[in-house]
Amino acid sequence: MDSLIPFTTSGALVDCVDRKMLVILRDGRKLHGVLRSYDQFANLVLEDTYERIYHGNTFAQDWRGLYVIRGENVVLLGEIDLDVEDDVPLKEVDYQTLEPYCKLEAEKRKQRDDAKAQILFDQNGCSKEGGEGDGY
Amino acid sequence: MLIFSVFKTLTDQQVTVELKNDLSITGTLKSVDQFLNIRLDNIKVSDEARHPHMIAVKNCFIRGSVVRYVQLPADHVDTQLLEDATRRGDNSTKAIVLTLTIKNRNAETLKFHYG
Repeated sequence: MDSLIPFTTSGALVDCVDRKMLVILRDGRKLHGVLRSYDQFANLVLEDTYERIYHGNTFAQDWRGLYVIRGENVVLLGEIDLDVEDDVPLKEVDYQTLEPYCKLEAEKRKQRDDAKAQILFDQNGCSKEGGEGDGY
Repeated sequence: MLIFSVFKTLTDQQVTVELKNDLSITGTLKSVDQFLNIRLDNIKVSDEARHPHMIAVKNCFIRGSVVRYVQLPADHVDTQLLEDATRRGDNSTKAIVLTLTIKNRNAETLKFHYG
């Protein structure tokens, strides 16, 4: 890495500024936008943000605008390869059409995870992971 | 600090990071910081079909707090040295890093510490 300050949060993020980024949040939301600022906690400022939802081989996006994201909610910050982005084999559909499918899927996933955590807790004595929403 | 130092010696190695949501990402470790946030380049997601949003992502920054496991290349970690370091306490972290670094013949990392 060419950064001036190696092995710091800033050093890792500085070359991502003003680029199109994907931010995944802990509640599972996927935000696409241009990274404008950040700090040592990975608090992020995202401009021209769209929220994207995916289902099967389709996706949809909805305009959100400007975000200031508190770092603790960030899972991953990915740099979008603009060349690859155009070749992604997914079909864009209308957000309103896709939203109900994604909600249903999220609901199912939550139920499955709850059931799994309960079984692990009851039968194997595993403590519950995450607690407040690690549904990403 | 010890683990942070170990990660620093592993830059430019292939590692697999498993997140708490079961997403597994393999890539070249480019940077790590005090919170064990990890910067990976040229990533490959296992089971890409289940994570279609990751197809267009080539480099990524993963927040340390969401990581469950990091799989390291075994031949680049001197477990005996780590064990000794753990017993000794953390006073001699720098010496350990130096030893590990020389072992890996990674001149670049050496420069970061003493340059």
